Amino acid sequence: MSDAAALFHVEDVLLVSIRDDIDDTDILDLQERLSESVARRDVQGVVIDISDLEIVDTFVGRVLGQLAKIAKLLAADTYIVGMRPAVAMTLVELGMTLPEMRTALNVTQAVRRLRESR
Amino acid sequence: MADTKDQLVALLNEQFDAIVEAWIATQKDEGVRRSDLFSAKETRAQTVRLLTAFRNGVAEAETGEDLDLRADEWAELRETLSDLGRERVERGMTPTEMATFVAALKSPLFHSLRERMAGSPDALIEEVWHITRIVDAFALYTTEVFIAERELVIERQRTEMLELSTPVVQLWDDILALPLIGTMDSVRAQDVMENLLEAIVERKAEIVIIDITGVQTVDTQVAQHLLRTAAAVRLMGAECVISGISPRIAQTMVQLGVDVGEVVTSGSIQNALTYAFRKVGVRIAAEETPKGSRV
Amino acid sequence: MSEIPQDGQPVGRVPLATNRDVARARKAVGAVMDEGRARPIQKTRFVTAVSEITRNAIVHGGGGVLMIYAHALPRAISVACRDEGGGIENVEEAMRDGFSTAGSLGRGLGGAKRLVDAFEIESTPGGGTTVRMMSRT
Repeated sequence: MSDAAALFHVEDVLLVSIRDDIDDTDILDLQERLSESVARRDVQGVVIDISDLEIVDTFVGRVLGQLAKIAKLLAADTYIVGMRPAVAMTLVELGMTLPEMRTALNVTQAVRRLRESR
Repeated sequence: MADTKDQLVALLNEQFDAIVEAWIATQKDEGVRRSDLFSAKETRAQTVRLLTAFRNGVAEAETGEDLDLRADEWAELRETLSDLGRERVERGMTPTEMATFVAALKSPLFHSLRERMAGSPDALIEEVWHITRIVDAFALYTTEVFIAERELVIERQRTEMLELSTPVVQLWDDILALPLIGTMDSVRAQDVMENLLEAIVERKAEIVIIDITGVQTVDTQVAQHLLRTAAAVRLMGAECVISGISPRIAQTMVQLGVDVGEVVTSGSIQNALTYAFRKVGVRIAAEETPKGSRV
Repeated sequence: MSEIPQDGQPVGRVPLATNRDVARARKAVGAVMDEGRARPIQKTRFVTAVSEITRNAIVHGGGGVLMIYAHALPRAISVACRDEGGGIENVEEAMRDGFSTAGSLGRGLGGAKRLVDAFEIESTPGGGTTVRMMSRT
Protein backbone atom coordinates (compact mmCIF):
# COMPACT_ATOMS: atom_id res chain seq x y z
CA MET A 1 0.00 0.00 0.00
CA SER A 2 1.24 3.50 -0.76
CA ASP A 3 1.54 6.17 1.90
CA ALA A 4 -1.83 7.67 0.90
CA ALA A 5 -3.11 6.88 4.40
CA ALA A 6 -1.28 6.76 7.72
CA LEU A 7 -2.37 4.92 10.88
CA PHE A 8 -1.26 5.85 14.41
CA HIS A 9 -2.18 4.33 17.75
CA VAL A 10 -2.54 6.87 20.55
CA GLU A 11 -3.48 5.01 23.73
CA ASP A 12 -6.74 3.26 22.85
CA VAL A 13 -7.56 5.47 19.88
CA LEU A 14 -6.64 4.68 16.30
CA LEU A 15 -5.89 7.83 14.29
CA VAL A 16 -6.11 7.65 10.52
CA SER A 17 -4.94 10.43 8.26
CA ILE A 18 -5.93 10.26 4.60
CA ARG A 19 -4.03 12.14 1.89
CA ASP A 20 -5.68 13.85 -1.05
CA ASP A 21 -4.16 11.62 -3.72
CA ILE A 22 -5.68 8.42 -2.30
CA ASP A 23 -7.16 6.21 -5.01
CA ASP A 24 -9.78 3.45 -5.01
CA THR A 25 -7.25 0.66 -4.48
CA ASP A 26 -5.58 2.48 -1.57
CA ILE A 27 -8.86 3.06 0.22
CA LEU A 28 -9.88 -0.59 -0.06
CA ASP A 29 -6.46 -1.51 1.36
CA LEU A 30 -7.07 0.97 4.16
CA GLN A 31 -10.39 -0.69 4.99
CA GLU A 32 -8.59 -4.00 5.37
CA ARG A 33 -5.70 -2.64 7.42
CA LEU A 34 -7.99 -0.69 9.67
CA SER A 35 -10.29 -3.64 10.42
CA GLU A 36 -7.27 -5.73 11.42
CA SER A 37 -5.84 -2.97 13.60
CA VAL A 38 -9.13 -2.45 15.43
CA ALA A 39 -9.54 -6.17 16.04
CA ARG A 40 -5.92 -6.84 17.07
CA ARG A 41 -5.54 -4.08 19.61
CA ASP A 42 -8.12 -3.04 22.09
CA VAL A 43 -9.23 0.07 20.24
CA GLN A 44 -12.11 2.10 21.68
CA GLY A 45 -12.37 4.62 18.91
CA VAL A 46 -11.27 5.34 15.37
CA VAL A 47 -10.69 8.95 14.26
CA ILE A 48 -10.36 9.50 10.53
CA ASP A 49 -8.93 12.87 9.54
CA ILE A 50 -10.05 13.86 6.03
CA SER A 51 -9.05 17.54 6.18
CA ASP A 52 -6.66 16.95 3.27
CA LEU A 53 -9.41 15.63 0.99
CA GLU A 54 -10.88 18.01 -1.57
CA ILE A 55 -13.08 15.26 -2.95
CA VAL A 56 -15.20 12.60 -1.30
CA ASP A 57 -17.30 10.84 -3.91
CA THR A 58 -19.94 8.14 -3.44
CA PHE A 59 -17.33 5.38 -3.56
CA VAL A 60 -15.13 6.85 -0.83
CA GLY A 61 -18.23 7.83 1.17
CA ARG A 62 -19.52 4.29 0.99
CA VAL A 63 -16.17 2.75 2.02
CA LEU A 64 -15.95 5.16 4.97
CA GLY A 65 -19.48 4.18 6.01
CA GLN A 66 -18.59 0.48 5.83
CA LEU A 67 -15.47 1.18 7.89
CA ALA A 68 -17.62 2.69 10.62
CA LYS A 69 -19.95 -0.32 10.57
CA ILE A 70 -17.04 -2.77 10.80
CA ALA A 71 -15.51 -0.81 13.69
CA LYS A 72 -18.89 -0.79 15.44
CA LEU A 73 -19.07 -4.60 15.22
CA LEU A 74 -15.64 -4.65 16.85
CA ALA A 75 -16.93 -2.31 19.59
CA ALA A 76 -15.29 0.93 18.46
CA ASP A 77 -16.91 4.25 17.52
CA THR A 78 -15.73 5.97 14.37
CA TYR A 79 -15.34 9.74 14.04
CA ILE A 80 -14.76 11.51 10.79
CA VAL A 81 -13.07 14.87 11.33
CA GLY A 82 -11.96 17.91 9.39
CA MET A 83 -14.39 17.64 6.50
CA ARG A 84 -14.15 20.73 4.29
CA PRO A 85 -17.30 22.82 3.71
CA ALA A 86 -17.23 22.13 -0.04
CA VAL A 87 -17.01 18.39 0.61
CA ALA A 88 -19.90 18.48 3.11
CA MET A 89 -22.12 20.37 0.66
CA THR A 90 -21.26 18.02 -2.18
CA LEU A 91 -21.93 14.89 -0.12
CA VAL A 92 -25.33 16.21 0.97
CA GLU A 93 -26.14 16.91 -2.67
CA LEU A 94 -25.20 13.32 -3.50
CA GLY A 95 -27.57 12.14 -0.77
CA MET A 96 -24.72 10.75 1.35
CA THR A 97 -25.14 11.96 4.91
CA LEU A 98 -23.02 9.18 6.50
CA PRO A 99 -25.44 8.47 9.37
CA GLU A 100 -23.29 5.58 10.58
CA MET A 101 -20.41 7.89 11.48
CA ARG A 102 -19.89 10.37 14.26
CA THR A 103 -18.38 13.70 13.27
CA ALA A 104 -16.14 16.32 14.86
CA LEU A 105 -14.40 19.48 13.72
CA ASN A 106 -10.90 18.21 14.45
CA VAL A 107 -8.95 15.37 16.07
CA THR A 108 -8.83 17.03 19.52
CA GLN A 109 -12.60 17.45 19.63
CA ALA A 110 -13.15 13.86 18.47
CA VAL A 111 -10.84 12.42 21.12
CA ARG A 112 -12.58 14.55 23.80
CA ARG A 113 -15.99 13.29 22.69
CA LEU A 114 -14.74 9.71 22.71
CA ARG A 115 -13.54 10.16 26.30
CA GLU A 116 -16.82 11.81 27.38
CA SER A 117 -18.98 9.07 25.90
CA ARG A 118 -17.20 6.41 27.88
CA MET B 1 -4.73 38.17 -49.71
CA ALA B 2 -1.08 37.46 -48.80
CA ASP B 3 -0.09 40.82 -50.28
CA THR B 4 -2.50 42.81 -48.19
CA LYS B 5 -1.36 40.95 -45.07
CA ASP B 6 2.31 41.67 -45.84
CA GLN B 7 1.46 45.30 -46.44
CA LEU B 8 -0.23 45.55 -43.06
CA VAL B 9 2.57 43.78 -41.17
CA ALA B 10 5.17 46.03 -42.83
CA LEU B 11 3.12 49.10 -42.01
CA LEU B 12 2.75 48.07 -38.36
CA ASN B 13 6.47 47.34 -38.05
CA GLU B 14 7.80 50.43 -39.77
CA GLN B 15 5.41 52.99 -38.34
CA PHE B 16 4.72 51.42 -34.95
CA ASP B 17 5.49 54.51 -32.84
CA ALA B 18 3.64 56.87 -35.16
CA ILE B 19 0.56 54.66 -35.09
CA VAL B 20 0.65 54.52 -31.29
CA GLU B 21 0.74 58.32 -31.14
CA ALA B 22 -2.01 58.68 -33.69
CA TRP B 23 -4.18 56.05 -31.95
CA ILE B 24 -3.88 57.89 -28.64
CA ALA B 25 -4.71 61.15 -30.41
CA THR B 26 -7.81 59.62 -32.03
CA GLN B 27 -8.95 58.29 -28.68
CA LYS B 28 -8.71 61.81 -27.38
CA ASP B 29 -10.63 63.22 -30.37
CA GLU B 30 -13.41 60.68 -29.97
CA GLY B 31 -13.61 61.42 -26.30
CA VAL B 32 -12.74 57.92 -25.13
CA ARG B 33 -9.35 58.61 -23.63
CA ARG B 34 -10.60 58.86 -20.09
CA SER B 35 -7.93 61.06 -18.56
CA ASP B 36 -10.05 60.97 -15.41
CA LEU B 37 -9.55 57.20 -15.20
CA PHE B 38 -6.10 56.64 -16.69
CA SER B 39 -2.94 58.78 -16.68
CA ALA B 40 -1.23 59.61 -19.99
CA LYS B 41 1.56 57.21 -19.08
CA GLU B 42 -0.88 54.36 -18.42
CA THR B 43 -2.75 55.02 -21.64
CA ARG B 44 0.49 54.92 -23.62
CA ALA B 45 1.69 51.70 -21.99
CA GLN B 46 -1.69 50.03 -22.62
CA THR B 47 -1.84 51.23 -26.22
CA VAL B 48 1.68 49.97 -26.93
CA ARG B 49 0.89 46.60 -25.37
CA LEU B 50 -2.33 46.25 -27.32
CA LEU B 51 -0.80 47.27 -30.65
CA THR B 52 2.14 44.88 -30.11
CA ALA B 53 -0.26 42.01 -29.49
CA PHE B 54 -2.32 43.08 -32.51
CA ARG B 55 0.76 43.20 -34.76
CA ASN B 56 1.98 39.78 -33.60
CA GLY B 57 -1.47 38.34 -34.21
CA VAL B 58 -1.72 39.81 -37.71
CA ALA B 59 1.75 38.46 -38.57
CA GLU B 60 1.00 34.93 -37.34
CA ALA B 61 -2.68 34.31 -37.84
CA GLU B 62 -5.06 33.78 -40.72
CA THR B 63 -6.47 37.25 -41.47
CA GLY B 64 -8.43 36.46 -44.62
CA GLU B 65 -11.92 34.99 -44.90
CA ASP B 66 -11.19 32.52 -42.09
CA LEU B 67 -10.25 35.17 -39.56
CA ASP B 68 -10.96 33.74 -36.10
CA LEU B 69 -9.89 35.63 -33.01
CA ARG B 70 -10.28 32.43 -30.99
CA ALA B 71 -7.35 30.84 -32.86
CA ASP B 72 -4.11 30.15 -30.94
CA GLU B 73 -2.22 32.88 -32.79
CA TRP B 74 -4.41 35.52 -31.17
CA ALA B 75 -3.80 34.27 -27.60
CA GLU B 76 -1.56 37.24 -26.74
CA LEU B 77 -4.18 39.73 -27.95
CA ARG B 78 -6.96 37.95 -26.06
CA GLU B 79 -4.94 37.93 -22.86
CA THR B 80 -4.04 41.61 -23.21
CA LEU B 81 -7.69 42.47 -23.83
CA SER B 82 -8.78 40.47 -20.82
CA ASP B 83 -6.34 42.33 -18.57
CA LEU B 84 -7.24 45.75 -19.97
CA GLY B 85 -10.94 44.90 -19.89
CA ARG B 86 -10.78 43.94 -16.23
CA GLU B 87 -8.97 47.17 -15.34
CA ARG B 88 -11.38 49.28 -17.31
CA VAL B 89 -14.46 47.62 -15.85
CA GLU B 90 -13.07 48.22 -12.38
CA ARG B 91 -12.59 51.89 -13.16
CA GLY B 92 -16.10 52.23 -14.54
CA MET B 93 -15.65 52.42 -18.31
CA THR B 94 -18.70 51.54 -20.45
CA PRO B 95 -18.74 48.85 -23.21
CA THR B 96 -19.30 51.57 -25.84
CA GLU B 97 -16.25 53.48 -24.70
CA MET B 98 -14.22 50.30 -24.80
CA ALA B 99 -15.37 49.34 -28.33
CA THR B 100 -14.82 52.91 -29.59
CA PHE B 101 -11.34 52.78 -28.12
CA VAL B 102 -10.49 49.72 -30.24
CA ALA B 103 -12.25 51.02 -33.36
CA ALA B 104 -10.20 54.22 -33.06
CA LEU B 105 -7.25 52.18 -34.37
CA LYS B 106 -8.73 52.26 -37.88
CA SER B 107 -8.20 55.95 -38.46
CA PRO B 108 -4.38 56.05 -37.99
CA LEU B 109 -4.01 52.85 -40.03
CA PHE B 110 -6.05 54.28 -42.94
CA HIS B 111 -4.15 57.51 -42.74
CA SER B 112 -0.75 55.83 -43.01
CA LEU B 113 -1.98 53.56 -45.78
CA ARG B 114 -3.20 56.46 -47.89
CA GLU B 115 0.30 57.90 -47.82
CA ARG B 116 2.02 54.61 -48.58
CA MET B 117 -0.34 53.36 -51.28
CA ALA B 118 -1.38 56.58 -52.95
CA GLY B 119 -0.22 55.18 -56.30
CA SER B 120 -2.41 52.08 -56.33
CA PRO B 121 -6.02 52.83 -55.39
CA ASP B 122 -7.29 49.27 -56.07
CA ALA B 123 -4.79 47.73 -53.68
CA LEU B 124 -5.59 50.49 -51.18
CA ILE B 125 -9.30 49.62 -51.21
CA GLU B 126 -8.45 45.96 -50.77
CA GLU B 127 -6.22 46.77 -47.80
CA VAL B 128 -8.82 49.08 -46.22
CA TRP B 129 -11.38 46.27 -46.47
CA HIS B 130 -8.87 43.85 -44.96
CA ILE B 131 -8.11 46.11 -42.00
CA THR B 132 -11.77 46.97 -41.43
CA ARG B 133 -12.61 43.32 -41.03
CA ILE B 134 -9.79 42.63 -38.57
CA VAL B 135 -10.40 45.73 -36.46
CA ASP B 136 -14.17 45.16 -36.42
CA ALA B 137 -13.68 41.57 -35.25
CA PHE B 138 -11.24 42.93 -32.68
CA ALA B 139 -13.78 45.51 -31.43
CA LEU B 140 -16.57 42.95 -31.30
CA TYR B 141 -14.46 40.54 -29.33
CA THR B 142 -13.50 43.38 -27.00
CA THR B 143 -17.16 44.01 -26.25
CA GLU B 144 -17.70 40.33 -25.49
CA VAL B 145 -14.73 40.24 -23.13
CA PHE B 146 -15.87 43.46 -21.53
CA ILE B 147 -19.37 42.15 -20.90
CA ALA B 148 -17.99 38.90 -19.47
CA GLU B 149 -15.81 40.92 -17.10
CA ARG B 150 -18.79 43.03 -16.09
CA GLU B 151 -20.80 39.91 -15.31
CA LEU B 152 -18.01 38.79 -13.00
CA VAL B 153 -18.14 42.11 -11.18
CA ILE B 154 -21.92 41.84 -10.83
CA GLU B 155 -21.60 38.30 -9.52
CA ARG B 156 -19.03 39.45 -6.97
CA GLN B 157 -21.26 42.29 -5.82
CA ARG B 158 -24.18 39.89 -5.48
CA THR B 159 -22.05 37.66 -3.25
CA GLU B 160 -21.01 40.63 -1.16
CA MET B 161 -24.62 41.73 -0.73
CA LEU B 162 -25.58 38.24 0.27
CA GLU B 163 -22.92 38.18 2.94
CA LEU B 164 -24.38 41.40 4.28
CA SER B 165 -27.90 39.99 4.31
CA THR B 166 -27.07 36.75 6.13
CA PRO B 167 -24.69 37.58 8.95
CA VAL B 168 -23.41 34.68 11.01
CA VAL B 169 -23.41 35.87 14.62
CA GLN B 170 -21.24 34.49 17.38
CA LEU B 171 -23.52 34.17 20.43
CA TRP B 172 -21.03 32.50 22.76
CA ASP B 173 -17.81 30.53 22.56
CA ASP B 174 -18.60 27.59 20.26
CA ILE B 175 -22.15 28.85 19.53
CA LEU B 176 -23.13 30.55 16.27
CA ALA B 177 -26.51 31.91 15.18
CA LEU B 178 -27.81 32.57 11.70
CA PRO B 179 -30.99 34.67 11.63
CA LEU B 180 -32.64 34.08 8.25
CA ILE B 181 -34.80 36.86 6.85
CA GLY B 182 -36.95 37.07 3.71
CA THR B 183 -37.32 34.41 1.05
CA MET B 184 -35.12 31.39 0.42
CA ASP B 185 -34.57 30.33 -3.16
CA SER B 186 -32.15 27.58 -4.19
CA VAL B 187 -29.30 29.92 -5.07
CA ARG B 188 -29.61 31.83 -1.84
CA ALA B 189 -29.93 28.64 0.20
CA GLN B 190 -26.72 27.35 -1.38
CA ASP B 191 -24.85 30.57 -0.54
CA VAL B 192 -26.23 30.70 2.98
CA MET B 193 -25.07 27.13 3.54
CA GLU B 194 -21.61 27.91 2.21
CA ASN B 195 -21.27 30.99 4.45
CA LEU B 196 -22.38 29.09 7.50
CA LEU B 197 -20.04 26.15 6.92
CA GLU B 198 -17.08 28.48 6.40
CA ALA B 199 -17.97 30.25 9.67
CA ILE B 200 -18.04 26.91 11.50
CA VAL B 201 -14.46 26.18 10.41
CA GLU B 202 -13.26 29.71 11.14
CA ARG B 203 -14.74 29.95 14.62
CA LYS B 204 -14.57 26.28 15.59
CA ALA B 205 -18.27 26.27 16.45
CA GLU B 206 -19.93 23.26 18.04
CA ILE B 207 -23.52 24.41 17.77
CA VAL B 208 -25.29 26.46 15.14
CA ILE B 209 -28.74 27.96 15.68
CA ILE B 210 -30.61 28.74 12.47
CA ASP B 211 -33.46 31.07 13.37
CA ILE B 212 -36.26 31.19 10.79
CA THR B 213 -38.53 33.67 12.60
CA GLY B 214 -38.00 36.11 9.73
CA VAL B 215 -38.58 33.68 6.88
CA GLN B 216 -41.82 34.52 5.10
CA THR B 217 -42.92 31.12 3.89
CA VAL B 218 -41.67 27.65 4.58
CA ASP B 219 -42.67 25.32 1.76
CA THR B 220 -41.30 21.86 1.00
CA GLN B 221 -38.35 23.33 -0.86
CA VAL B 222 -37.31 25.68 1.94
CA ALA B 223 -37.71 22.85 4.45
CA GLN B 224 -35.49 20.65 2.27
CA HIS B 225 -32.85 23.38 2.14
CA LEU B 226 -32.91 23.71 5.92
CA LEU B 227 -32.59 19.96 6.46
CA ARG B 228 -29.76 19.71 3.95
CA THR B 229 -27.96 22.54 5.69
CA ALA B 230 -28.40 20.70 8.99
CA ALA B 231 -26.99 17.53 7.38
CA ALA B 232 -23.95 19.41 6.06
CA VAL B 233 -23.40 21.06 9.45
CA ARG B 234 -23.38 17.63 11.06
CA LEU B 235 -20.88 16.30 8.51
CA MET B 236 -18.56 19.15 9.46
CA GLY B 237 -18.70 18.01 13.08
CA ALA B 238 -21.10 20.58 14.53
CA GLU B 239 -24.76 20.39 15.51
CA CYS B 240 -27.62 22.37 14.03
CA VAL B 241 -30.70 23.63 15.90
CA ILE B 242 -33.54 25.20 13.95
CA SER B 243 -35.46 27.79 15.97
CA GLY B 244 -38.27 30.23 15.33
CA ILE B 245 -40.74 27.65 14.08
CA SER B 246 -44.11 29.32 14.57
CA PRO B 247 -47.28 27.25 15.16
CA ARG B 248 -48.39 28.12 11.64
CA ILE B 249 -45.11 26.92 10.11
CA ALA B 250 -45.22 23.78 12.25
CA GLN B 251 -48.68 23.03 10.84
CA THR B 252 -47.52 23.60 7.28
CA MET B 253 -44.51 21.37 7.75
CA VAL B 254 -46.65 18.54 9.09
CA GLN B 255 -49.16 18.95 6.26
CA LEU B 256 -46.34 18.88 3.72
CA GLY B 257 -45.06 15.70 5.30
CA VAL B 258 -41.65 17.19 6.12
CA ASP B 259 -39.73 14.91 8.46
CA VAL B 260 -37.05 16.79 10.38
CA GLY B 261 -35.49 13.50 11.48
CA GLU B 262 -32.89 13.97 14.19
CA VAL B 263 -32.55 17.72 13.75
CA VAL B 264 -33.34 19.55 16.98
CA THR B 265 -36.03 22.19 16.53
CA SER B 266 -37.53 24.75 18.86
CA GLY B 267 -40.15 27.46 18.86
CA SER B 268 -38.11 30.25 20.34
CA ILE B 269 -34.49 31.22 20.05
CA GLN B 270 -34.34 31.31 23.89
CA ASN B 271 -35.08 27.60 24.07
CA ALA B 272 -32.56 26.92 21.33
CA LEU B 273 -29.93 28.92 23.19
CA THR B 274 -30.67 27.12 26.47
CA TYR B 275 -30.21 23.82 24.66
CA ALA B 276 -26.96 25.07 23.11
CA PHE B 277 -25.60 26.24 26.48
CA ARG B 278 -26.33 22.84 27.99
CA LYS B 279 -24.53 21.13 25.09
CA VAL B 280 -21.35 23.20 25.47
CA GLY B 281 -21.48 22.97 29.28
CA VAL B 282 -22.43 26.54 30.17
CA ARG B 283 -24.88 27.19 33.00
CA ILE B 284 -26.93 30.34 33.27
CA ALA B 285 -28.26 31.11 36.75
CA ALA B 286 -30.04 34.10 38.27
CA GLU B 287 -28.12 36.04 40.92
CA GLU B 288 -28.90 34.57 44.28
CA THR B 289 -29.78 37.79 46.09
CA PRO B 290 -32.70 39.59 44.47
CA LYS B 291 -31.70 43.20 43.73
CA GLY B 292 -34.67 44.68 45.57
CA SER B 293 -33.61 43.23 48.93
CA ARG B 294 -30.42 45.22 49.09
CA VAL B 295 -30.54 48.26 51.37
CA MET C 1 -29.59 23.37 -17.24
CA SER C 2 -27.58 25.00 -20.01
CA GLU C 3 -25.98 23.53 -23.12
CA ILE C 4 -22.29 22.78 -23.49
CA PRO C 5 -20.73 25.18 -26.00
CA GLN C 6 -18.74 23.68 -28.87
CA ASP C 7 -15.82 26.12 -28.72
CA GLY C 8 -13.76 24.24 -26.10
CA GLN C 9 -9.99 24.00 -26.46
CA PRO C 10 -8.70 20.53 -25.52
CA VAL C 11 -6.42 20.91 -22.47
CA GLY C 12 -6.08 17.36 -21.24
CA ARG C 13 -6.62 13.69 -21.99
CA VAL C 14 -6.69 10.86 -19.44
CA PRO C 15 -6.92 7.23 -20.57
CA LEU C 16 -9.25 5.24 -18.30
CA ALA C 17 -8.26 1.61 -17.79
CA THR C 18 -7.75 0.72 -14.11
CA ASN C 19 -9.42 2.16 -11.04
CA ARG C 20 -6.24 4.14 -10.29
CA ASP C 21 -7.09 6.22 -13.36
CA VAL C 22 -10.09 7.69 -11.51
CA ALA C 23 -7.65 9.49 -9.20
CA ARG C 24 -5.59 10.58 -12.24
CA ALA C 25 -8.69 12.00 -13.90
CA ARG C 26 -9.60 13.90 -10.69
CA LYS C 27 -6.10 15.32 -10.47
CA ALA C 28 -6.01 16.43 -14.11
CA VAL C 29 -9.41 18.16 -13.94
CA GLY C 30 -8.55 19.72 -10.56
CA ALA C 31 -5.34 21.18 -11.99
CA VAL C 32 -7.22 22.79 -14.90
CA MET C 33 -9.74 24.29 -12.47
CA ASP C 34 -6.96 25.63 -10.22
CA GLU C 35 -5.48 27.31 -13.26
CA GLY C 36 -8.86 28.86 -14.04
CA ARG C 37 -9.09 30.07 -10.43
CA ALA C 38 -12.32 28.19 -9.74
CA ARG C 39 -13.82 28.57 -6.27
CA PRO C 40 -13.27 25.61 -3.90
CA ILE C 41 -16.95 24.67 -3.94
CA GLN C 42 -17.07 24.66 -7.75
CA LYS C 43 -13.91 22.61 -7.93
CA THR C 44 -15.09 20.05 -5.39
CA ARG C 45 -18.49 19.68 -7.05
CA PHE C 46 -17.15 19.27 -10.57
CA VAL C 47 -14.21 17.03 -9.70
CA THR C 48 -16.54 14.82 -7.62
CA ALA C 49 -18.84 14.49 -10.64
CA VAL C 50 -15.81 13.61 -12.81
CA SER C 51 -14.87 10.96 -10.27
CA GLU C 52 -18.34 9.41 -10.52
CA ILE C 53 -18.52 9.27 -14.33
CA THR C 54 -14.93 8.06 -14.85
CA ARG C 55 -15.39 5.27 -12.32
CA ASN C 56 -18.62 4.40 -14.09
CA ALA C 57 -16.76 4.20 -17.43
CA ILE C 58 -14.14 1.89 -15.92
CA VAL C 59 -16.41 -0.36 -13.84
CA HIS C 60 -19.38 -0.60 -16.21
CA GLY C 61 -17.91 0.50 -19.55
CA GLY C 62 -14.69 -1.52 -19.44
CA GLY C 63 -12.52 1.60 -19.74
CA GLY C 64 -12.31 4.50 -22.13
CA VAL C 65 -10.93 8.02 -22.24
CA LEU C 66 -11.61 11.37 -20.59
CA MET C 67 -11.09 14.58 -22.59
CA ILE C 68 -10.86 17.94 -20.80
CA TYR C 69 -11.78 21.23 -22.52
CA ALA C 70 -11.42 24.88 -21.51
CA HIS C 71 -13.98 27.45 -22.69
CA ALA C 72 -13.29 31.18 -22.91
CA LEU C 73 -16.67 32.91 -23.08
CA PRO C 74 -18.27 32.37 -20.69
CA ARG C 75 -15.37 30.90 -18.78
CA ALA C 76 -16.03 27.22 -18.17
CA ILE C 77 -14.50 23.77 -18.09
CA SER C 78 -16.06 20.73 -19.69
CA VAL C 79 -15.22 17.06 -19.97
CA ALA C 80 -16.25 14.26 -22.29
CA CYS C 81 -15.98 10.75 -20.88
CA ARG C 82 -16.26 8.02 -23.50
CA ASP C 83 -16.30 4.28 -22.97
CA GLU C 84 -16.53 1.39 -25.40
CA GLY C 85 -18.71 -0.75 -23.17
CA GLY C 86 -22.08 -2.32 -23.74
CA GLY C 87 -23.97 0.96 -23.46
CA ILE C 88 -26.93 1.63 -21.20
CA GLU C 89 -30.29 0.09 -22.07
CA ASN C 90 -32.41 2.64 -20.28
CA VAL C 91 -30.65 5.95 -19.74
CA GLU C 92 -33.53 7.52 -17.81
CA GLU C 93 -33.55 4.65 -15.36
CA ALA C 94 -29.75 4.77 -14.98
CA MET C 95 -29.94 8.43 -14.02
CA ARG C 96 -32.24 7.67 -11.09
CA ASP C 97 -30.70 7.55 -7.62
CA GLY C 98 -30.42 4.01 -6.35
CA PHE C 99 -30.15 2.44 -9.80
CA SER C 100 -27.26 0.07 -10.14
CA THR C 101 -26.36 -2.82 -12.41
CA ALA C 102 -23.22 -4.00 -10.65
CA GLY C 103 -23.90 -3.92 -6.96
CA SER C 104 -22.69 -0.37 -6.42
CA LEU C 105 -25.00 1.98 -4.58
CA GLY C 106 -26.05 3.67 -7.80
CA ARG C 107 -25.85 7.32 -6.89
CA GLY C 108 -23.18 7.96 -9.50
CA LEU C 109 -24.82 9.32 -12.63
CA GLY C 110 -27.82 11.06 -11.06
CA GLY C 111 -25.57 12.52 -8.39
CA ALA C 112 -23.05 13.76 -10.95
CA LYS C 113 -25.81 15.52 -12.88
CA ARG C 114 -26.85 17.48 -9.79
CA LEU C 115 -23.30 18.71 -9.25
CA VAL C 116 -22.70 20.31 -12.65
CA ASP C 117 -24.07 23.21 -14.74
CA ALA C 118 -24.66 21.09 -17.84
CA PHE C 119 -24.93 17.33 -18.33
CA GLU C 120 -25.42 15.31 -21.51
CA ILE C 121 -25.41 11.55 -21.93
CA GLU C 122 -25.42 9.55 -25.15
CA SER C 123 -25.61 5.80 -25.09
CA THR C 124 -26.38 3.11 -27.62
CA PRO C 125 -26.76 -0.48 -26.49
CA GLY C 126 -23.61 -2.23 -27.69
CA GLY C 127 -22.03 1.04 -28.85
CA GLY C 128 -20.63 2.55 -25.68
CA THR C 129 -21.55 5.60 -23.63
CA THR C 130 -20.40 9.22 -23.73
CA VAL C 131 -21.07 11.61 -20.85
CA ARG C 132 -20.39 15.33 -21.25
CA MET C 133 -20.45 17.75 -18.33
CA MET C 134 -19.67 21.44 -17.88
CA SER C 135 -19.04 23.77 -14.96
CA ARG C 136 -18.66 27.53 -15.14
CA THR C 137 -15.43 28.72 -13.57
